[in-house]
Amino acid sequence: MGGPSIFKVWQQYYPLFLSGLWSTLKLAFVAVLFGSLLGAFISMLTLSKNKIINSIGVVYVTIFRGTPILVQLYIFYYFLPMAFPIMNSLSKTTVVLLALIMNSSSYVSEIVRGGILAVDKGQTEAARSLGMSSKNCMRKIVLPQAIKSIVPSLGNEYIMMVKETSLASTLALNELMFVKTILANKFLIWQPLFIIAAIYLIVTLVLTYMVNLVEKRLSVSD
Amino acid sequence: MTDNILIKVENLNKNFGDLHVLKNINETVSTGEVVAIIGPSGSGKSTFLRCLNLMEKPDSGKVFFEGVDITNPKINIDLHRRKIGMVFQHFNVFPHLKVIENITITPMLELKVPKAKAEEDAMELLKTVGLADKAYEYPRKLSGGQKQRLAIVRALAMHPDVMLFDEPTSALDPEMVKDVLDVIKLLVDHGMTCVIVTHEMGFAKQVADRVLFMDEGIIQEQGTPKELFENPQNPRTIEFLSKVLY
Repeated sequence: MGGPSIFKVWQQYYPLFLSGLWSTLKLAFVAVLFGSLLGAFISMLTLSKNKIINSIGVVYVTIFRGTPILVQLYIFYYFLPMAFPIMNSLSKTTVVLLALIMNSSSYVSEIVRGGILAVDKGQTEAARSLGMSSKNCMRKIVLPQAIKSIVPSLGNEYIMMVKETSLASTLALNELMFVKTILANKFLIWQPLFIIAAIYLIVTLVLTYMVNLVEKRLSVSD
Repeated sequence: MTDNILIKVENLNKNFGDLHVLKNINETVSTGEVVAIIGPSGSGKSTFLRCLNLMEKPDSGKVFFEGVDITNPKINIDLHRRKIGMVFQHFNVFPHLKVIENITITPMLELKVPKAKAEEDAMELLKTVGLADKAYEYPRKLSGGQKQRLAIVRALAMHPDVMLFDEPTSALDPEMVKDVLDVIKLLVDHGMTCVIVTHEMGFAKQVADRVLFMDEGIIQEQGTPKELFENPQNPRTIEFLSKVLY
């Protein structure tokens, strides 16, 4: 483990790490944001009583949760542009984001589905017995209660995604993990790895703390 | 008792898997009538009650409410449910809404009652059941008995023509039971049509115009409380009453 100390490397290259971190956070945020919107839609499919609609949702979730995200990234990046030439016009970041969004949506859809199913059936029965329409019952009674378990889980999904975006470095996408590759050209091998690990750790700890705060805030009426 | 039929049940059948829970039931409830349904657990009495507002979908047969066949899939069931209040064993108050919002939400959403008017009505209802001071609390601050009284006025806020009670006191601590029964009694005294599934024999005796004894998915026997409790004819009724009356 020769060469300059971790501290020296940090001092000299910290803007590089910080801009890498910024890209990582943005990437994860956009992936989870759009993943959540798509995921909420997919959960409606998996909750549907219509068999065809339901199986479309289930197949989608099964595929994206059942295969490694790295494989999904490679397929999106190398294979899909060959199959669909229109994708060649998309930037690398967009293609990576598409893969991350679809991956994230499969997890989010299960989070949303679980949150909705966890609301006591008696709540729906009470609302419907009063003559509330099924749409209003979902909007005003079920979802506000489901959200309490959904939002903290979405926070955890964001934390997972922050770490998983590191896989995009294998496609030379500029994010935190890619700093390792940049600095390897300057014969700095081990120091950047430890710095990167420390940054991921700090970020996930801070985010976990924030998720816990939100969770507490949401449990006010319990 | 009037001949003004409010609910009419025709050849009602319900299965849960292989279990035939309701066996070809025919029954009517008249306006202003108070009907108590008693019977052992699993006799089908709750399922029967839940078929009256289609919480449970019958496998065959018809349920007429105010002359309309509500089992007809073409009707909008929500419109009819607004006229049929239901109170559940486990209260099912909305925990994320304040006490007063529990009452106002459905009238505001579905009947388009203005907020001020809905809140005024809700406060009036809360006063009659002694919960006015809890209006701006969340239900978690209420006892079981208070939750059930809230559930009752929540249903009343829709101005129903009939109230269905599904074992309204079965989940309560013993000392809470009377408060809830008092509220139901109050409704009865005001002429509300009620169908009450209950294990409170004393209460059934006191408030019901008619008592139905159900067992094995059939209404085995029915009559005035006096007839049914003091002179039961059906051996099953006799056996059941000998076990529950002390």
